[in-house]
Amino acid sequence: MICALAVRGYGVVGRGGPYCPNMGVAATGRPDLVITTPAGLYCPAGGFHIDPWAKVEMAVTTHAHTDHARPGSTRYLTSQTGKIVLASRFGPQFAQAGHIDGWAYGRRERVGDVYVSLHPAGHVLGSAQVRIEHAATGETWVISGDYKTEDDGISEAFVPVRCHVFVTESTFGLPIYRWKPQGQVFAEINAWWRSNAASGRLSMIACYALGKAQRLLSGLDASIGPIVLHGALRSCTEAYRAAGVSLPATGHATQETARASGGRAIILAPPSAVRSAWAYKLPRPGGEMELAMASGWMSVRGTRRRRALDKGFALSDHADWPGLLGAIEATGAERIGVTHGAVETLVRYLRECKGREAFGIATQFVGEGGGDEAEQPADDATNASEGAGEGASQGASEGANA
Amino acid sequence: MKAFADVFDRLDASTSTDAKHAALVAYFREVEAADGAWALAVFCGRSIKRAASSTQMKRWAAEVSGLPAWLIDECHGQVGDLGETLSLIVPDAAADAGRQETPGLAAIFSEFLTPMTRADEAGKRAMLVGLWARLDQRERFVLHKLISTTFRVGVSRGLAVRAMATVSGVDQARMDHALSGQWPITSEYFQSLRILGKAGVRGDAGEAAAGGEPPSLQPYPFFLAQQLPDEVDRPDLLEEQLGPRSRWQVEWKWDGLRGQIVRRDRAAVWSRGGELLSRQFPELIDAAEGLPTGTVLDGEVLAFEGGRPLDFSHLQTRIARVQPTGLLFVDVPVVFMAYDLLEIEGRDVRGEALSTRRAMLEGLVAGLGHPLVRTSEVLGASSWAEVEAARGTSRARGVEGVMLKRVDSEYGAGRVKLGPVDAKALGAWWKWKIDPFVIDCVLVSAQRGSGRRASLYTDYTFALWSGPQRGEGELVPFAKAYHGKGMTDEVFVKIDQFIRGHTIGRIGGAGIRLVEPRLVFELAFEGVQASARHRSGLAVRFPRVNRWRTDKHASEADTLGTLRALVRS
Repeated sequence: MICALAVRGYGVVGRGGPYCPNMGVAATGRPDLVITTPAGLYCPAGGFHIDPWAKVEMAVTTHAHTDHARPGSTRYLTSQTGKIVLASRFGPQFAQAGHIDGWAYGRRERVGDVYVSLHPAGHVLGSAQVRIEHAATGETWVISGDYKTEDDGISEAFVPVRCHVFVTESTFGLPIYRWKPQGQVFAEINAWWRSNAASGRLSMIACYALGKAQRLLSGLDASIGPIVLHGALRSCTEAYRAAGVSLPATGHATQETARASGGRAIILAPPSAVRSAWAYKLPRPGGEMELAMASGWMSVRGTRRRRALDKGFALSDHADWPGLLGAIEATGAERIGVTHGAVETLVRYLRECKGREAFGIATQFVGEGGGDEAEQPADDATNASEGAGEGASQGASEGANA
Repeated sequence: MKAFADVFDRLDASTSTDAKHAALVAYFREVEAADGAWALAVFCGRSIKRAASSTQMKRWAAEVSGLPAWLIDECHGQVGDLGETLSLIVPDAAADAGRQETPGLAAIFSEFLTPMTRADEAGKRAMLVGLWARLDQRERFVLHKLISTTFRVGVSRGLAVRAMATVSGVDQARMDHALSGQWPITSEYFQSLRILGKAGVRGDAGEAAAGGEPPSLQPYPFFLAQQLPDEVDRPDLLEEQLGPRSRWQVEWKWDGLRGQIVRRDRAAVWSRGGELLSRQFPELIDAAEGLPTGTVLDGEVLAFEGGRPLDFSHLQTRIARVQPTGLLFVDVPVVFMAYDLLEIEGRDVRGEALSTRRAMLEGLVAGLGHPLVRTSEVLGASSWAEVEAARGTSRARGVEGVMLKRVDSEYGAGRVKLGPVDAKALGAWWKWKIDPFVIDCVLVSAQRGSGRRASLYTDYTFALWSGPQRGEGELVPFAKAYHGKGMTDEVFVKIDQFIRGHTIGRIGGAGIRLVEPRLVFELAFEGVQASARHRSGLAVRFPRVNRWRTDKHASEADTLGTLRALVRS
């Protein structure tokens, strides 16, 4: 049954060809601590799944983006702050009923035959890497979830965790992706907003509801004008505030607030909303509205142009190429699993250029046409109503919340 | 370079002509004159000798970034544009190194790109790598655009001319004239353009300039015709929209190279793109020397033999090659088919009615009596119905259709923007082209597009059946196309999804996907000829996608035989 999942064992030599069902076997000959199943990553010795895409008994959840946290499982384990965010997504009753366990980072507990602990991933508030250590053999795996290595000041900063096997995401796993320090990007965004405000034109910036929106809020210069949010961004923003993150005051983005600002306001909205009827109905004091997007994909001109944006800011909550390579080095891992993104490319690079033992892990988002495009921006960006590539499914559910 | 990258960004970000105009005006007002001259040359599409090949640039970028070539290819596939890819992977200068002052646009050309054209490989590499380290990613991208010599930012020459006209306060036609031909790319010339409208500056801006082609040989801006809209291409509708046939001069639409012969103190042949073609067509210069001084003719350079035009591909071989001077025999004979007169006895007559200019043109050409300079025939067809009938004979005559020009029209500048059909607009010239050939063919492979469509599979290869009947034999590729009226963004996305889901193989390196031969498209093209270079043995001219034949099965696509039969038609 595991085979049916079409896991592409990228370059796992001598282990059943390219469609090998599993990730590989350690040199020790011991079975893998984490395997892929139709429901997603699974730890047999601990009896739990990690970020499953089906309903399971116990879901260890790295963070609350919907491609990692699906509702319907019996129990969830996530970080303490992650619980606040996850609860806001699933509805508070869910959390109160005790279905979500929130662990402090570093808390180490035995689950079945393994020890489990969570460690900051720096991706969004409460995001965690999952460390799994076999109680008998001491073999240690770390599943990164999504992560970024730059400290954004509002999420718990990424910490490298030593392990034998490191399973890394690879959303931006190409050397064309190199982020500028966020201070520089915020300065550009504020300059853009200031210039629009000076000419009386509203600014709208498309951003993902969880993580990116709050990061933008933390970097916006509130002295320029009012900051107003699309409805889909409110609950996540409130969750951040509830977790103690200090963010500037925000209002609701409505026709009234847009008009009242005299064109000085900046509107934050999910990508799915910026070309919706809601956006078209907003008044345009200065004649036009300036539209931008904040996403790592914006570092490529074609992506900006295809979306017909006035401006694109390359600001990502994922690790860039140097970030990925640095994180991989810092774990000291003997084997590297690569998932979520440029799997084939990063595996080949690690094997051929770094001499590392690397293997690919499929995700549900890998289409039949080949895994390498699944996370690329064009596929979903061109579905006019849909969110951009960075966490394709994030945009989807966020739009629905609107 | 920073200022140029800034204006590039503003132009790139906007699709509004007004916004682009405003950005250009602000830039041209503020810019250092030397930088402005180069920027203007770039926007006008002046051809610039290539400083390094893309293969060289890719190799050096791989060396300085330490990345393997296959990974750069992967990146290229994602980005879609090699220049942008390289700008993204080249290492940034160390932040603590303290970036040196970024060179200005003129310095980029005079200190780097121009010397690079003369340097050996090692010299080129040293200069480019040194320059990379002084620029940020955005500036490197613009630099690569400059080197690639295909600088497209949605700024037409016309837009640049208009912006300069605004800056200097003269009308567009005058600025257009001052920027025709090989004007000198110098700060003095740019400064003279900037103050062209100020009191005390008189005459042709070129008079103030030093160097470059003598302004006395400058051509006029070309007046362009518009495509006759499909909605009116019937005799009764023409009568209704354009009025009586007698108000119009009808000529053949030649399939050659639009050009002007300028005869002043010397003679020159200019292309519409502002390129000097005198060295390619020395026999036309010889012929033009016989014209009286102060004459400018507008017309078409045509490969011509036995009283009729040869296929355009013949002319291409001449354009690509500079003829040795004094050559007596040429393998591809050409003529200049004159159809308008812009200057006579040194007098600009563009404001006269076409009928007047035509009469003078005929007199001049008759007086010259040279076999290589002809006047384009004016069709006698006495009604719109007869014009339509004449148009029907175009293919047999080797022409592209007919031209309709109002007999009282002035010779304008550029393409006059008109409504659907506004016959009242005096300047209107229309081209009424013959319907293209069409053929149904099967999509067999695809590559990613470039620019806006970089991440989509939008460059297609199409095939026809090799057997005697449809659906028989094998599918043989015969044409590539990536655009056409049938290809909306929505269709592109659908086809892209099909391609990703139905890939049956890949051709490495180039990122080509072979796809299941299932989708049928109607392809339009202008002509077809035998070709030893194509596997199909045939080459089609200007292929584009008319529509997606969702109603057809692949086995219903046409055969190579169908296409071959068109060679003779």
